[in-house]
Amino acid sequence: MSSETRFIDFKSDKQPTWCPGCGDFGTMNGMMKALANTGNDPDNTFVVAGIGCSGKIGTYMHSYALHGVHGRALPVGTGVKMANPDLEVMVAGGDGDGYSIGSGHFIHAVRRNVDMSYVVMDNRIYGLTKGQASPTSREDFETATTPQGPKQPPVNPLALALSAGGTFIAQSFASDAQRHAELVQQAIEHDGFGFVNVFSPCVTFNDTDTYDYFRDNLTDLAETDHDASDFDQAKERILDGDSEYQGVLYQDENSVPYHEAHGVTEDMTEIPDGAPENATDLVREFY
Amino acid sequence: MPADFNWAIGGEAGDGIDSTGKIFARALSRAGRHVFTSKDFASRIRGGYTAYKVRTAIDPVESTVDRLDVLIALTQRTVDENLEELHEGSVIIYDGERTSMQDLEIPDGMVGMDVPLKSLAEDAGGAIMRNIVALGAACEVTDFPIEHLASSLEKRFGDKGQSIVENNKAAADLGAEFVEENYEAASAEFEYELETTDENYVLINGDEAIGMGALAAGCRFYSGYPITPATDVMEYLTGRLERYGGHVVQAEDELSAINMALGAARAGARSMTATSGPGIDLMTETFGLVAQSETPLVICDVMRSGPSTGMPTKQEQGDLNMTLYGGHGEIPRFVVAPTTIAECFWKTVEAFNYAEKYQTPVYLVSDLEMAVTEQTFPPEAFDMDEVEIDRGKLVDEDEVEEWLDEEGRFRAHAATEDGISPRAKPGTTDGAHMSTGLEHNELGRRTEDTEVRMEQVHKRERKVETAKEREDWSPREFGNPDADNLVVSWGSNEGTINEAMDLMDEDAPEFRFLSVPYLFPRPDLTEAFEAAEQVVVVECNATGQFADVLEHDTLQRVDRVNKYNGVGFKADELAAEITEVLQ
Ligand SMILES: Cc1ncc(C[n+]2csc(CCOP(=O)(O)OP(=O)(O)O)c2C)c(N)n1
Ligand code: SF4
Repeated sequence: MSSETRFIDFKSDKQPTWCPGCGDFGTMNGMMKALANTGNDPDNTFVVAGIGCSGKIGTYMHSYALHGVHGRALPVGTGVKMANPDLEVMVAGGDGDGYSIGSGHFIHAVRRNVDMSYVVMDNRIYGLTKGQASPTSREDFETATTPQGPKQPPVNPLALALSAGGTFIAQSFASDAQRHAELVQQAIEHDGFGFVNVFSPCVTFNDTDTYDYFRDNLTDLAETDHDASDFDQAKERILDGDSEYQGVLYQDENSVPYHEAHGVTEDMTEIPDGAPENATDLVREFY
Repeated sequence: MPADFNWAIGGEAGDGIDSTGKIFARALSRAGRHVFTSKDFASRIRGGYTAYKVRTAIDPVESTVDRLDVLIALTQRTVDENLEELHEGSVIIYDGERTSMQDLEIPDGMVGMDVPLKSLAEDAGGAIMRNIVALGAACEVTDFPIEHLASSLEKRFGDKGQSIVENNKAAADLGAEFVEENYEAASAEFEYELETTDENYVLINGDEAIGMGALAAGCRFYSGYPITPATDVMEYLTGRLERYGGHVVQAEDELSAINMALGAARAGARSMTATSGPGIDLMTETFGLVAQSETPLVICDVMRSGPSTGMPTKQEQGDLNMTLYGGHGEIPRFVVAPTTIAECFWKTVEAFNYAEKYQTPVYLVSDLEMAVTEQTFPPEAFDMDEVEIDRGKLVDEDEVEEWLDEEGRFRAHAATEDGISPRAKPGTTDGAHMSTGLEHNELGRRTEDTEVRMEQVHKRERKVETAKEREDWSPREFGNPDADNLVVSWGSNEGTINEAMDLMDEDAPEFRFLSVPYLFPRPDLTEAFEAAEQVVVVECNATGQFADVLEHDTLQRVDRVNKYNGVGFKADELAAEITEVLQ
């Protein structure tokens, strides 16, 4: 079945309620394309989403999926992958979900290097709660809860990932459909934690980080001499606060995913009808 | 000569009190004696007073008493802390060469045995073995065959190499010889002689029993964040779970722990997390998601004293209300609380079955005293052939077809008559569906439709109704079934109450005793209450949370015996209190 899977098979019959023009449409299409291109099908795929406009993505896709609580999607994905390493696990969320309430999990998921992909729809705002500052909002970005701007530097998610030992760090733009799908596909194919920060504009609440802004300011690394296997180059680009990049910033080709490092190979979902055969040994240990 | 013997070792945290106590406890159990241990510890790793107490007898022992027959005192404070439990004839073993112990005053009527623990240990190969010298001395005092201590040392140090075992045995021998040479008369007069039997016993604590229950029940994934007194569950499972193809993850916090466990459960693995009160607080949001998404999950709460950080190393049964009512909205759940250490094993197995049969979160509620206490049981108490696994309505590729709607979509939350829907684990062809914490329809899709909302609320409630009908939620019953008085309790007080009954005077009021392991759903005690003249509810908390619940269930007032100073009930104390309330 998998070889015949088309991206449309990952689409549910539920119509998205995102605002017309929201970047999340493009982000989702790219995710579905990438899943199909990598030979997956809805029955072996598990999509975990957080809370936010971005978190609704699991509803509009068709696969096994869990729509969790705010900020906790990554641990859920970790559990799914551990229980059944044969599943393709994709985690999705927003910048508030992933870099604010879930920031602790983000760092630890990166350093665990679980073999799953993580797609963050970074619109630099809280969409679902109607326009408050998010951790990636600019210092002077005015909102109802930050009338003079947050007055603190935005989080740099790529830098967080790099410093936490990230093995695949990429950035894409929802409206560059081809490149975005390609980058998500690379994240899926990566052996380990494939992280893609997606510029996914919120057309309703963010009039600064718009489609036009990204179109004008984005540099595609494919058009530069960037070597993604070079940590120092990656560091330099990631810490360069004046530029916005699209492409793979860093990839460790020697990455060993968590389940392999820990010798987890079995599907944990099959168990015997009663206690395991040698269970009496467990009792004998206490003699 | 009393049938039971009580022994303790005390000193500073970091003095190796715990492992020494355990070595002695195991020596006794290997000698076919029953053992019940208790620990007194502070939450600091160094600098706090700790003690490990062992009560032992030929017959089963289920609680502690306020009496110490032999005390190994590594510090002056050990004697001070235990003064009230020492009695005429008690033996105190100490090291007078230690500067701080030189002026130790042995209370009147007691025997002080000044044993140069450190220098004898050095003779045997290292000062670190001074506690083992003391154990050897204790064997001599109690006429306990030292070969059982040797066998326990073998078990403890075997994998560190034979020379370490031999040195420890030599240290024990030197302690015994010293007492024989210097205190022969005093040991001869000592009242207790620790006989041995041929029985084989298992010496295990509550956390270990929960871990073993999880392995027996087919748990394959465990994620947790360390917290006293639940950490031993994780420590037990680490390494062992891997032997069965499972995995333990030490998560970054409890939020992560429960969400990982939820993910693994959603993928179809039997999955568990364990924590204590503060961790349960953090997990509560996800607890609601587990219930709303109808994911089978076992969440173990090993209670300690609260609120907030409270007294982290002290006993309390203060989380009942939280486990019954915690979380916003109304959450169908099961709350199961083992009443003995052996029951920790069986209730864990049950918890996994309930979770999968009814697709709900199950709280498995234990407490600090049960967690850290070691007790002996005959191995039959953990008969693995009795373990049954019921995975409920887990559907395979073929069965899935029955549950598709006309458009071929899997009805993961089908509103069945018994409230239980089919469960397809990821990978099952045609079973793909979304699970969510949002209110949803049969397909798992978000809805705010009033009819569908009601249907799903009723469906989830119906699972609990179904379980009430299908499972046996009876209490465990003890005492005189025809007595006028009724004593009710939950959790780890069972053994203590049973011992209290044995200790009570013949003319003390008799009672029927119901020990309740099922807190939700729970047995209907209305008839038992109506038949009783007086009802007393015993629990380790200040407000009487269980008493409140039972009053609400039965519309009848009860008397309460509560303890909330951080120390669990003692049998002799409880005998007196229950007698007083019933008089
Ligand atoms: C524990 C908790 N706190 C707060 C909320 C409210 N909430 C819902 S979405 C959201 C922010 C989402 O922002 P982001 O992740 O950037 O997603 P977006 O909507 O912009 O896609 C918040 C604060 C919640 N659901 N749960
Ligand atoms: S509010 Fe913003 S993020 Fe949310 S759907 Fe509308 S455009 Fe998209």
